[in-house]
Amino acid sequence: MINLLNAVLVLVLVLNLFALGTSRILAVIRTVAAQGVLLGVIPLLVHKHLTVPVAMASIAAILLKGMVIPAIMIRALRDAQIRREVEPLIGLLPSIILGALATAFALLVAGQLPLAKQHEGALLVPAAIATVLVGFILLTSRFKALSQVVGYLVLENGIFIFGMLLIEAMPLVVEMGVLLDLFVGVFVICIIVNHINRAFSSMDTRRLVSLKE
Amino acid sequence: MTDRIVHMLVLLVLPPLLIGMINKTKAWFGGRDGPPLLQPYYDLFRLMRKGMVISTSTTWIFRAAPVVTLATVLLAGLLVPISRFHAPIAFTGDLILFAYLLGLARFFTTAAALDTGSPFEGMGAAREVTFACLTEPALFFALLVLAKASGSLTLTQMLHGPVGGFAAATAAPLVLVAIGLFIVILAETCRIPVDDPNTHLELTMIHEVMVLDHSGPLLGVILYASAIKLCILGTVLLHVVAPFTTGQVWLDVPLFVLELLGLTVVIGVVESVMARLQMRHVPYLLIAAMLFCGFGFLLLVR
Repeated sequence: MINLLNAVLVLVLVLNLFALGTSRILAVIRTVAAQGVLLGVIPLLVHKHLTVPVAMASIAAILLKGMVIPAIMIRALRDAQIRREVEPLIGLLPSIILGALATAFALLVAGQLPLAKQHEGALLVPAAIATVLVGFILLTSRFKALSQVVGYLVLENGIFIFGMLLIEAMPLVVEMGVLLDLFVGVFVICIIVNHINRAFSSMDTRRLVSLKE
Repeated sequence: MTDRIVHMLVLLVLPPLLIGMINKTKAWFGGRDGPPLLQPYYDLFRLMRKGMVISTSTTWIFRAAPVVTLATVLLAGLLVPISRFHAPIAFTGDLILFAYLLGLARFFTTAAALDTGSPFEGMGAAREVTFACLTEPALFFALLVLAKASGSLTLTQMLHGPVGGFAAATAAPLVLVAIGLFIVILAETCRIPVDDPNTHLELTMIHEVMVLDHSGPLLGVILYASAIKLCILGTVLLHVVAPFTTGQVWLDVPLFVLELLGLTVVIGVVESVMARLQMRHVPYLLIAAMLFCGFGFLLLVR
């Protein structure tokens, strides 16, 4: 089981790097959607027995992260009529290298942490730290509002992976609450994106500086 | 003895069929009938019957290069085990020989391209060598991971894995290595995200531009050698992603051939759905391949 889990987590890490390396926003959204579906599979692999709460967490994650949120974002993208991040603060290649360094750092740090017996050997902790760091890089180095939303989603995905360690201790309600918050957050941001686009005829968040009372 | 004969048969006869399969897949995606599956064989026979024109400005290198390429690639093919058989040639450390035989083939191809004195061919040679600088480390990292995971330095044992399959901890590194190796295959066999085998614009060609001056049998030898290269690199990848056996020796070889054809269909699909990368973006893809394989290694030794 841990075998399959590690393979899935490595695919998540690969998708991280892919999200850092593409300039087309549509491709980045699809990458994050694929990551969401993979994340939805993880609860099934962490648990030995399939219980109703686990199955619900899994289905909710796949539906929300893999389908609903990407659909909202693609819709916002279509309304805003932009296609790519033109000039990120950090170039695409440097950000891939940064992401790779972050992943290496996460692997090294996670090796030092004391873990519970059943989680030893699994890549959950390094994958979580690396995904959070990649989310930070995306969030801080992109200017288009939609790319920043993607960064936020990747960040949340990292936290979701970390939550897998506690899935037995944490009630399902908390998990659902987090997913609901995420959904509402993205929903609101996508509406704001349209407003930014209408007010400034661009999605560049740097233009927001010119707002006056 | 039988396994060696089968190995040689697969190595010598199968490769052009793989090219035909890729072309068929691409044609199917484009909504065309496409050339017959055996067209690469017809092409090879046609080229072998033709005369050749050799530029007066070239030296013996130009004529030797295709032959050396074919010889080195065939020798590399003898080092890689096909299906469950042991490779005909196997010794400790043959992975280094394998990597450098491919390097030698590349060296002679580029030397022949430079030998013609054509500026376009020089450009192609420069590109080929530049990209090889990135694919070779990726290949080496991949081989290192396999060596570490199997605890052996012989290609046969590395690719077949230890008895009873690889250990549980190697699943994640092997996934990374498989992705990296796939990109290496695309780059080494001049497939679409990196190079377009059908392009006819010298400015954007990489591999095809280097063999513009070769004609007749020499061109045939080059095409044949590149098909064999696809076959052996595909074999290496298949040992990583699909180490299935039926337990029956006589079923293993057909299964293996089917897997290879499946891999070529995947390559054909990738070629059909992707656009070719801009020349300056190609290194990003290759660096990604290197990172994947490097991370695989890092995960394994951690």
